[in-house]
Order: sequence, then C-alpha cells, then structure tokens
Amino acid sequence: MTYALGLLVALGGFWFVLSGQISPFFGGVAVISVIATMWLSARLKVIDRDGSPYHRAPQLLLYLGWLLGEIVKANVAVIARVVGPSHAIDPAMVEVKSSATSNLGRALFANSITLTPGTVTVDVIGANLKVHALVRENAGADSFDEMDRKSARTADPHRASGS
Amino acid sequence: MAEALHWIGGALILAGALLSILGAVGVLRFPDVYTRIHAASLTDTGGATLMLLGMGLISPLGFVMLKLLLVWGFIMLTSPAAANALANAAFGAGVRPRIGTFQIMGEDKPGGSGPERSGEGTAS
Repeated sequence: MTYALGLLVALGGFWFVLSGQISPFFGGVAVISVIATMWLSARLKVIDRDGSPYHRAPQLLLYLGWLLGEIVKANVAVIARVVGPSHAIDPAMVEVKSSATSNLGRALFANSITLTPGTVTVDVIGANLKVHALVRENAGADSFDEMDRKSARTADPHRASGS
Repeated sequence: MAEALHWIGGALILAGALLSILGAVGVLRFPDVYTRIHAASLTDTGGATLMLLGMGLISPLGFVMLKLLLVWGFIMLTSPAAANALANAAFGAGVRPRIGTFQIMGEDKPGGSGPERSGEGTAS
C-alpha cells in the first residue's frame, strides 16, 4: 500500500511539473491519467519494492551524488582514450559478482556500471554480471568493489546501519 | 548577474556539444561494437549533463528548470538500459568482443582481418 502511495505521489508530481496548470480541466485529466497508470501498474503487478522504490529516495540521492563524481572521472578517462593513439585501448570482458541481495540493488549496480563510460554490463545472470571494459586495468578484481558496496547499501533492506 | 549566468550557461552548452563531438569521434575510431558503446556513452552522460546544466542556467527560474531536471533524470535512467540492450543483443547474436589489442574473444589466433565481422556466424 505504501508503494502504491509512493507511486501516486510521484505520478501526480510528474504530471504537475510537466503541465504547470491547476485549472479544473487539467486537474481532472491529471486524476484520470494517474488513475489509469496506477491501474495498469497494478495489472502488471509492478507496484512493489522494485517498481516503486521511493522509500529509499534519500539514500538514492546520496548515491547519485557519489555516482556523478565517478561519471566525471570516467568521462575524462574515456576522452583520453578517444583522442589518444589507436592502440591506447585494451578491451576486456570480466565477470563481476554483485553482493546485493535484492533485485533493486542488482539493477542499480548493473545500471551504474553501464552509466559510467568505459564499462558496460552485457549480461546479468543471477548475481553475476558480465562486464565489458574499455581498459583492462579499470576492470580489475577490486575496481568495482566500492560501487558494489555502495549500491547494495543504497538499495538493500536493513543494510543502512552496516558499513 | 543575469548576463554572467548567460555566458556561463552558453559556455557549458558549448562544452557539452564538444563532448558529444568527441563521443562521435570515438564511435568512428573504436574498433568494435562494444568499444563504440563506451564512446557513445560520453554523449549520453557528459554531453547531455553539461548541455542541460547550461540550459538550466539560461532558463528563467521555475518550471522550465524542473522540466530540464526531469529530462536529465530520464536520460540517466534510460541510457544505461539502452546501452545494456545493445550490448546484450550483440553478444546474444554471437558478436564477440576484441580482447586486448589484437585478440578476439573465443579465438586462438590473432584476429587481423576486420574486427567488425569477427563474430558473424559463430552463434550456435
């Protein structure tokens, strides 16, 4: 129920920001479309912990701030390879294990890897991620550890107090 | 003050455009589909972020800024999904990445001829 409420608030806020109108007509259309979306989501059974993760919003925002720093660093690294000599790249395919227990944590970890330039998640099988990296030394055994730890702590339940 | 913000915003948009061009250069220079995805993600992350940030500085305070923030959020959510779908489809279709400087994954001999065609027909 709380997940449905979170989705309701998010959809309402989304509509309001996009339209910027509060006249009765627009309000009525907003109510209709939000209810229709809620009904479709309920039919698809996606209103659950993974589909409506707004209860983790503070942690997700903190994580986003850290991830942005990583993205900036990775951008600089990839630019150096783009303008560098053609033999500067050293592609590699590595297996990475996610320590997250929830699907949300695994999805967050896999998408974070893909979002940082220089690494792409090719496949996810259970907790194992197949990752393609532009440079081998950026995909060593422990280079994903920090991201794994942080994403698991962000998305997994009852892990907020652990280090 | 507003004048200064306009200049800073314009500079950020230019920087974003430059980053997008670098991404395109990388797409042209890199050898196979996986490495090209890395280059394209420069445009997705750095280029889009810098340009939207610049537009936010130029735009008037209010709904436009919120909408730009939403656009940025959706780009950050959808672009990894698209990149993953692309890489996954390529791997599933049997396109094997170049590993190291010469070798192609799953082949013993160095792949000297046309890395783009390396994986065709190897899917079982």
